[in-house]
Amino acid sequence: LFRLTMKRLGNFSTSHSSVDSKEMKKFQLLAHKWWDEEGEYSALHSMNDIRVPFIRDALLNMSRNHYLGNPLSGVKILDVGCGGGLLSEPLARLGASVTGIDPLEDNVRTADRHKSFDPVLDKRIQYKSCSLEEIVEESMETFDVIVASEVVEHVADLEMFINCCSQVLKPEGSLFITTINKTQLSYVLGIVVAEKIIGIVPEGTHDWEKFVPPEELERLLESNGFSVKAVNGMLYNPLSGSWSWMESTSINYAMHAVKSGPQGQSSPTDDLSEMESEKRSAAAGTAV
Amino acid sequence: LGHDIHFHDKKIALLEAGPRKEYDRMPDNFSNRVSSISPGSATLLSKFGAWDHVCSLRLKPFRRMQVWDACSEAMIVFEKDDLDDMGYIVENDVIMSALTKQLDAVADRVEVFYGSRAVGYTWPLPSHSCDTSPWVQIELADGHRLQTKLLIGADGHNSVVRKEAEIKNIEHQYDQSAVVATLHLSEATDNNVAWQRFLPTGPIALLPLSDTVSSLVWSTSHEHALELLTMDEESFVDSINSAFWSNANHSDFIDTAGAMFRSAISLLKPSGTAVRQLPPSVAKVDPESRAMFPLGMGHATEYVQHRVALIGDAAHRVHPLAGQGVNLGFGDISCLAHHLSAAAFNGSDLGSLKHLLKFETERQRHNVSLITAIDMLKRLYSTKLAPLVLLRTWGLQATNALPPIKVRIL
Repeated sequence: LFRLTMKRLGNFSTSHSSVDSKEMKKFQLLAHKWWDEEGEYSALHSMNDIRVPFIRDALLNMSRNHYLGNPLSGVKILDVGCGGGLLSEPLARLGASVTGIDPLEDNVRTADRHKSFDPVLDKRIQYKSCSLEEIVEESMETFDVIVASEVVEHVADLEMFINCCSQVLKPEGSLFITTINKTQLSYVLGIVVAEKIIGIVPEGTHDWEKFVPPEELERLLESNGFSVKAVNGMLYNPLSGSWSWMESTSINYAMHAVKSGPQGQSSPTDDLSEMESEKRSAAAGTAV
Repeated sequence: LGHDIHFHDKKIALLEAGPRKEYDRMPDNFSNRVSSISPGSATLLSKFGAWDHVCSLRLKPFRRMQVWDACSEAMIVFEKDDLDDMGYIVENDVIMSALTKQLDAVADRVEVFYGSRAVGYTWPLPSHSCDTSPWVQIELADGHRLQTKLLIGADGHNSVVRKEAEIKNIEHQYDQSAVVATLHLSEATDNNVAWQRFLPTGPIALLPLSDTVSSLVWSTSHEHALELLTMDEESFVDSINSAFWSNANHSDFIDTAGAMFRSAISLLKPSGTAVRQLPPSVAKVDPESRAMFPLGMGHATEYVQHRVALIGDAAHRVHPLAGQGVNLGFGDISCLAHHLSAAAFNGSDLGSLKHLLKFETERQRHNVSLITAIDMLKRLYSTKLAPLVLLRTWGLQATNALPPIKVRIL
């Protein structure tokens, strides 16, 4: 609690952090609801059905040795804004060593407690209550993968966030982002319908002004040493409670970017064909 | 599941109440508990290498199935056009042995507790904010305690798992018992046909085991079953032969009506009528091979709950008249394994309702219609009343003449 207060004071004085304290307050109230699959976070639970295969298949495609029995073994992942650990756990089950960070201590506490019942997960996941900047110094170039799912729309300074990601990521490491586009459609569906009408997202969770269009995200990534490999649109069906891939990125989308190699050059790839192969392997993975 | 690549770092425990059964050579006598294995089930068993063991022990493929009525001349013949095997008659012990061998092959992942019995289950509370373990706890009779993310109840129609999970079961005892025995035929034949005749007391079936041996499954009233079990072997054999051959239950009315319908069909569809063949006659029965067990039907209202899944007879129980009971179970296994494998590859918690519900929906859709149909058939054929006999006579003859329906049944 003391640390949290110091952080807030720190925010007022230096005002240079990617963590937005207003955002933190919104999540504080729901910290214990993370693991209720039918509760407030049910849409995030079902998002695992597409974002886990997306990450898994992108990484399997890039590596030479595929071992389907333990696809992500040996991979070090940083889950930024891990919340209750909804995404950290499946990634760890697939073999990865996951470090999950979240500025809200209640979230980390919930995540810690949930993983403690499973001896395998307990070993593979570490949770820390902190912001991204705070771990930069001790974690320069330590991670193979960073996932920032449903996070960048809550961040105060996006450019600094991406910069920090770049610092803790190994060269040629992957960054996976899922977030919401800033369009009229996303306002109508993402805020009016989702929050106020149907209530699949707790009201006030999202602020349309902070939504990030994929073009801007791509621009920021490329100017910070990343090369964007894939952008896929996502669609949520509130009737079935499930997510699916969509051509258009006008509402939700997922992005995969790779940090350029040590020479500062990443291999030129055909973005379109990468997207195709990632979409296809995402479908094939679930048919196995 | 132990052979599935996505399960390589998972641990599976199998609780088996019976002793370990493994054979390198089958004894000369055939066992009286056999199952009719469909080609689909054979495919499932071959997916993880068990079918090879079955073939190396013993099994009998059959190519034709003739089903006919005792009260009329109506009959229906099933056979595959390309003369492929329609199914296989396999002794249950053979299947057990094949499975045991394949379990040994993945012993590092699957641990089998033979002769074990669970005495207590502790279910997790659905809310996730409690301090007790969110997994299922099982206590065994010998004091072992196990905990698991997913408990699969495959413990038969009196499933304790189902009862403990408080899943309601719709059940109905038929006032019938099945008598099984191993029979020796009068003369050796190709014996690749399965025979079933619907008597008013219940269906009697002869399933081929070898060129000279067949297995008997005779469903009849409890009293008659007891009689059959206690009578001397000669009388037993006589009863069987007369059950298959005698026309005592025919009535002129039905015969004429049936004959009329048959000529009508042969006008419309010349290939639609077939010649009724007579099953081989039985010479003697294996001593000690006669046994009986009661029959009933059952269907669980839910196949899954948080961290629990029911498969096989624990989920549904049918009359043996269609030889489908074990194949439904194998179908359940195939479906559940598919969904669990995909869930494992997605890193999901295996006990999560999300994919368990997909399994339930898929199987209930498939099973309910078949279970209902078998139950209806049982009731339809349990009577001598003329109108119903006529109905089923014509129905059977019509179905025999219409390939599309027959294919659907198969």
